[in-house]
Amino acid sequence: MCVGVPAKVLERDEYTAVVDVLGSKVTVGVIMVSDVKVNDYVLVHAGQALAIVDEEFALVSMEEWRKLADARDS
Amino acid sequence: MQEILKETSNPQLSLKLLEQVKLLAADYIKKYGRRPAFMEVCGSHTMALARTGIKKALLEHVRLISGPGCPVCVTDQKSIDAMIQLSEGDNQIICTFGDMIRVPGSKHSLMKVKTEGKDVRVVYSPLDAVEIAKKYPDKEVIFLGIGFETTIPVLVVALKMAEELGIRNFSMWFSTKLVEPILRSLLESGEVELDGFLLPGHVSVVIGKDSYQYLVNEYKMPGVIAGFESVEILSSIYKLIKLQLDNDINIINDYRSMVTDQGNPVALALMDKYLEPVDEAWREIGVIKNSGLDLKKEYDYLNAKVRFPVEVREPRKTKCRCGEIIRGLISPEECSLFAKACTPLHPVGPCMVSGEGTCAAHYQYMRED
Repeated sequence: MCVGVPAKVLERDEYTAVVDVLGSKVTVGVIMVSDVKVNDYVLVHAGQALAIVDEEFALVSMEEWRKLADARDS
Repeated sequence: MQEILKETSNPQLSLKLLEQVKLLAADYIKKYGRRPAFMEVCGSHTMALARTGIKKALLEHVRLISGPGCPVCVTDQKSIDAMIQLSEGDNQIICTFGDMIRVPGSKHSLMKVKTEGKDVRVVYSPLDAVEIAKKYPDKEVIFLGIGFETTIPVLVVALKMAEELGIRNFSMWFSTKLVEPILRSLLESGEVELDGFLLPGHVSVVIGKDSYQYLVNEYKMPGVIAGFESVEILSSIYKLIKLQLDNDINIINDYRSMVTDQGNPVALALMDKYLEPVDEAWREIGVIKNSGLDLKKEYDYLNAKVRFPVEVREPRKTKCRCGEIIRGLISPEECSLFAKACTPLHPVGPCMVSGEGTCAAHYQYMRED
């Protein structure tokens, strides 16, 4: 039920945006992420964007995972 | 960005992280003489833990307990029966999320009602139901609104749209649940021994990291907000063990690309405008004070419970043990019906029906035979 998918914003209107979800073009509501811009990634749940993905934090997380993976040898 | 998204489910990285989790769990076991026990309280986590194989791979290292995270599963039988009875009315179109359609009621399911000729539709978004109401002005369109905080603001957007468009043949039957009251109830019952919570990433998008501070302040219970891919989940389990080993009782936001400290202010404001806390009944747990949200009185015209009230009897008892499963007291294999009388094709309880139910997850991914 709480499934959310990341999607890239291709076009945006006042209340809606066309996003790319795994290669499919879908129209979603953007009333809850009013700052969203074309090329941003958003989290989509049940037809509404709930968050704009923060790329800076996403990058920090990726670096952290890679470091953690080599934290110590088994 | 695509590269980062792919990295969240990178198999090599996942395997390396799995080894690191096992090593840290070994430290924990050495220190405390038992496995660390963590509960996930999101159905999408339940399914992800089973689907990725993490739960099985960590069986001897970390005790992962599924909690009350699947909205359909935690909805009490009487509410399910009421929604099914509602759907038997005439001159109406019932719209719902896919999870609801096969949930067994005391008499039958929405699917059965549909096959008997009533207009019951599965929609992807509640807004689709508003569109249906626009298209069929001579029918009453009722959306069965279930879900936790991730879904609740999406339900409200549909109500707002119906209100703004002046659509008077649309209403919603609310049966929503909130995370905080059920976590408090679980902790206060003391029924399950826990060392921390794997906190729901998408609920947290709405309510924010700071909303969990009561876990630390009042219950001395750590939590890590987790994403849903294998690398994200393993990272969060690792951090939970580390918090306990370091005796650092805290909340960590391990999904910072999505979750902020304060949550989504627009979503929270929308919920606040239309909804108010109500006592909700949880499956075999009973009524928990202010554990759900329903429409405020001034929106009675959008409230299906007010416009189309139904009376249902007390539901009959079955041997289904969903109530114990959602509280983390037993695993599905301990229920005598599991994989015998109760299967995804012939489910006895909601935990086997829902795509996020613990029984469905175990049936699909964790059975030995």
